[in-house]
Amino acid sequence: MKIVIENVEKTFTDTKKNEVLALEDINFSINEQEFVVLVGPSGCGKSTLLNIVGGLLSPTKGQVYFEGTDEDKEPTLGIVFQEIALFPWRNVFENVTYGLEERGASKKERAEKGQHYIDMVGLTGFENAFPKQLSGGMKQRAGIARALAVEPDLLLMDEPFSALDAQTRTIMQEELLTIWNRTKLSTLYVTHNIQEAVYLADRVIVLSRHPGHIKKIIQIDLPKIGREQEKYRVQFERYADEIWQLIRHDAEEALKEA
Amino acid sequence: METTTKKVIKNRVAFLDQKIPAYVPVLGITVILLLWEFVCRLNIVPPLFLPAPTAIITDGWDMISSGELLKNLIASLYRIVGGYAIGAVFGIMIGLLLGFSKWADAIFTPIVYSIYPIPKIALLPLIILWFGIGEMPKVAIIALGVFFPVLINTFSGVKGVDPSLIKAAVTFGSNHLNVIRKVILPGALPTIFAGLKLAAGTALLLLVSAEMIAAEYGIGAMVLHYGNLMITTKLMAGVLILSLLGLTFNRGLQWLERKLIPWK
Repeated sequence: MKIVIENVEKTFTDTKKNEVLALEDINFSINEQEFVVLVGPSGCGKSTLLNIVGGLLSPTKGQVYFEGTDEDKEPTLGIVFQEIALFPWRNVFENVTYGLEERGASKKERAEKGQHYIDMVGLTGFENAFPKQLSGGMKQRAGIARALAVEPDLLLMDEPFSALDAQTRTIMQEELLTIWNRTKLSTLYVTHNIQEAVYLADRVIVLSRHPGHIKKIIQIDLPKIGREQEKYRVQFERYADEIWQLIRHDAEEALKEA
Repeated sequence: METTTKKVIKNRVAFLDQKIPAYVPVLGITVILLLWEFVCRLNIVPPLFLPAPTAIITDGWDMISSGELLKNLIASLYRIVGGYAIGAVFGIMIGLLLGFSKWADAIFTPIVYSIYPIPKIALLPLIILWFGIGEMPKVAIIALGVFFPVLINTFSGVKGVDPSLIKAAVTFGSNHLNVIRKVILPGALPTIFAGLKLAAGTALLLLVSAEMIAAEYGIGAMVLHYGNLMITTKLMAGVLILSLLGLTFNRGLQWLERKLIPWK
């Protein structure tokens, strides 16, 4: 199964009634079991693009579709939100199994799968805690478990760790890789952090701004696990630097606008 | 030899977390009551204008033992609970609808906002004309007075629900009904309760007003009756019951709020 993003364009109307072109001529696809990272400076429309792929926004032109799916089965999406978006009135277990509940899964299936993914993200023992009682990192673990629990055909992650402190973030990136290695879900991940992009991606799609368009698609030819090791340092830095050079000018421009 | 000076930094915002002993709130009310009793015992003011607390309690007790108080209280409770429940249920339901559906919002919000500012008691003559003089108009006027603040608070509560939660619900497969039931209703609940508490005050006000205008029994009718007869002690006993009623109402809502919103 493959997800195709075809000729996607998005225009917004701003407060002064001007048409603003946010995304233009976006074409790429996500292969089965592929981890694709969208990276770009602020205002390049990367979250807009993720929202379009997630069915939370309609494109002005173009379309997003799944290729090679079963005839009668709607493809399932799991989204991990930047705002985490756990339901404050549901405890961890009820949050994680929300998607299963809405799909009409039996109580037994919810209990089994819920526990499985809660264990996977390391929240064992916190099943009955309300989101308010959890730290930022633990909240996002629950957010990840909620998205995994529906066993999605495509996992979307919108800057999931941007609200976390640097140390927690590093740990969460490592854990995400471990989890991904177990589930091998097709993933579209959005970030503005270049190191994170190189660390996680099979392919990095570099976006540029005004309007948001694809500047370059970079294949990361490093083993999926253990990229932080000393022997890959030079290659790692080379990828990171290449992306930074592509983004730098845009990032500086973005700074002046804000 | 050099002398070193030592300046210790003190917490200058200690006043923010001062501990108040538990007896202080009781003390305030006790002193007021004692002062009141004292002034009455000295015959500074005639008992017709301000009866002593002990006199009020004695006459109040007579009213309880004769069953007069209970009869009036039950009549009032029946009206206020009925009216409040009807107004609250409709207020919440319609508030959810207006908050969720842009169509309903566009059609009904102008109507709601043109009726809202009318002091509801002004509608009582009209309602009596419609429903006659029985229990119906009193329940209806309370329901009407409760309906609007609950509706408007529910509406703004719905508007205040974090849009990312709605996105999350839809992403994980919720249909519109479930979005309302599982996300918008709980998300708006804290604001709905603010409306319910506000409406409790309005309900009490309308209860007493309606009973003073047209009722045989009820605390409001009783207070008016003893006012006309210039029996101030019994009048004050009625007022005291109203204060207790309001207090109980508010406490009940607070209790319910804690039960229904455990995640706060």
